[in-house]
Amino acid sequence: MSERTSKKVFSWTAVNTVIVIAALFPVLWILSLSLKSADTVTDGRLIPAKFSLDNYEGIFTGSGGDVFTKALFNSLGIAIIATLIAVTLAAMAAYAIARLNFPGKTVILTAALAIAMFPPISVVGPLYNLWRQLGLFDTWQGLIIPYMTFTLPLAIYTLSAFFREIPWELEQAAQVDGATPFQAFRKIIVPLAAPGVFTTAILVFIFAWNDFVFAISLTSTERAQTVPAAISSFTGASQFSAPTGSIAAAAVIVTIPIIIMVLIFQRRIVAGLTAGAVKG
Amino acid sequence: MASIQLNHVTKRYADGFEAVKGIDLEVADGEFVILVGPSGCGKSTALRMIAGLEDISDGELRIGDEVVNDKAPKDRDIAMVFQNYALYPHMTVRENMGFALKLAKVDKAEIDRKVEEAAKILDLTGHLDRKPANLSGGQRQRVAMGRAIVRDPAVFLMDEPLSNLDAKLRVQTRTEVSRIQQRLGTTMIYVTHDQTEAMTLGDRVAVMRAGTIQQVASPKELYDHPVNLFVAGFIGSPAMNFFPARLSGGRVHLPFGDVPLPASLRGAPDGQVIAGVRPESFEDAELAPEHHKGESFEFDAEVELVESMGSELYAYFGYEGETASSDQLEEIAADAGLADVPGAGETGRVVARLSPESKAASGQATRLWLDVERIHLFDPHDGSRLSAAKKSGSVGADQVATPASGTNGAADAG
Ligand SMILES: Nc1ncnc2c1ncn2[C@@H]1O[C@H](COP(=O)(O)OP(=O)(O)OP(=O)(O)O)[C@@H](O)[C@H]1O
Ligand SMILES: [Mg+2]
Repeated sequence: MSERTSKKVFSWTAVNTVIVIAALFPVLWILSLSLKSADTVTDGRLIPAKFSLDNYEGIFTGSGGDVFTKALFNSLGIAIIATLIAVTLAAMAAYAIARLNFPGKTVILTAALAIAMFPPISVVGPLYNLWRQLGLFDTWQGLIIPYMTFTLPLAIYTLSAFFREIPWELEQAAQVDGATPFQAFRKIIVPLAAPGVFTTAILVFIFAWNDFVFAISLTSTERAQTVPAAISSFTGASQFSAPTGSIAAAAVIVTIPIIIMVLIFQRRIVAGLTAGAVKG
Repeated sequence: MASIQLNHVTKRYADGFEAVKGIDLEVADGEFVILVGPSGCGKSTALRMIAGLEDISDGELRIGDEVVNDKAPKDRDIAMVFQNYALYPHMTVRENMGFALKLAKVDKAEIDRKVEEAAKILDLTGHLDRKPANLSGGQRQRVAMGRAIVRDPAVFLMDEPLSNLDAKLRVQTRTEVSRIQQRLGTTMIYVTHDQTEAMTLGDRVAVMRAGTIQQVASPKELYDHPVNLFVAGFIGSPAMNFFPARLSGGRVHLPFGDVPLPASLRGAPDGQVIAGVRPESFEDAELAPEHHKGESFEFDAEVELVESMGSELYAYFGYEGETASSDQLEEIAADAGLADVPGAGETGRVVARLSPESKAASGQATRLWLDVERIHLFDPHDGSRLSAAKKSGSVGADQVATPASGTNGAADAG
């Protein structure tokens, strides 16, 4: 028996190692590229022969001027605003869906799902024309609106699943304990809903942060261009050299906010927070 | 401290179902009233209406002298133990118990003192800094209880607060509950499934059935004078035995013999009835109390099974013929899963409680004695208790009513 178990452990470890390497190798490669100097970028080595921070300096101060800094600012602003609005709206919708019985509840959920099934690329064309007409082209709003539309369904779904898990009798228990409805909401419901809200916020933020299709089509200048779009417009030092190193450096930098955000919120996402509340 | 008054209170749920159908109940200031009844009869609904957690569809609810139909729970000054605990999962046991006091802006030291006192009573002292998820079911239930008893409300409402405790802890906590209630003199409404709790804890017991109150009376009154088959079958463990019987010529024809009509019932009209006999109204004939022997009845029973409880014996025996049938009995049987209602559920099975000295043994014929005076008779149609003496205002054994007053129908007694 124990021989079988150790075999099992071994094969699981092997499989997992392969998967982790496969997933992380591209990241490592990008990191390595970003640390190479222009003349060694194409040498094909994982460990750079000579570490250099030229690429990082380049994207912040180089010939492109402050394109990247501006894009970073746009990305942060747009992603944060889209996340805030989407999560707030989704929380209200999900609250209603989880708590109330109203006609058309399933219609709303189905419609939301239907929107989520549209590939973004299919609406980009019409949006481009529409946005030009409305003067939303190349503005923050012009990106925030589609980001919200595409993340709301997902957010509503995730949040209503979380909200359904909250035993609402706790709210009543709090009221019997002498809490006003608002106190019950703030002291009992909010702490229990928080993990769901944070999870959703991360998902929405990542969508907005990583989006390329909308960003490249609906912006044209540094007024609203986000990092993924800006990276695509990087140019090399000369017409004939590819900006590989700068792109790699930019790619490394854009992942940093996401990592920080996940680390911050991860501590708040405690699985099974409602365990033990009611007899189950 | 406050009295509670329910005037024709009704609860109609959104789907049109009437869970509580116009109940009247008056609970005096400082009184301890128990609500019992089978699962789904509306006990929790009634309690939740009193707490203000369910809207009252119809009728009037008073706490103190005020109509509180439209008052928010927090303005009713009640403490409640929820049937499913409803603990705050993100708070420790200490915070859970202190939450109400904190909201009431009681100072920190006082909260700690009260919480620790309650924890001691409930044997939770070692768990004060744990979260509910890390407690056993019984411990969670005690936290739910603790959350109520740290407060000093006008009314305690408890919904099966001891259901998940083991036997020993249940007895211990039950004693504490009644001590706390007596010490504080707080009005209490207590829902339970448990016979013993119902009989030992309350000043009065209200028996509910399908959204109505069947009888409200002291435990002894309920036990000795149940108003109908339902109450008779529900109160008492093991439950009362029921047999089809016929009244004629001043005698009751039971499946195992004829007995004289109990003095209290003399004058009841002839006809088909359902007879009810509590297990302890039987006794081993050799051990029957002397002074009763004359006017009682003995018969031979084929005892199928004897269960010894140490302090008493349960002898099960069968009889020839039909079993008593009534929708009220079926309801109880359905709730209890048959096992608790031998007469109602199984074919012709009777349980007798004998004293431990009895020689009765499984598979042997034993001569049993039956206390004729303690036979209950019920109308087979509406289940109401027959009582000849009712019109004379007493059910005393030596009062003999005239035949003319011997009508049945005691549904409104009590
Ligand atoms: N929200 C609701 N909508 C419709 N019917 C309901 C609702 N809540 C409860 N009921 C019904 O009302 C009846 C009474 O329920 P209640 O919870 O008061 O029973 P109970 O006497 O407390 O039972 P138990 O002993 O099992 O706790 C049940 O038949 C139940 O199905
Ligand atoms: Mg209940």
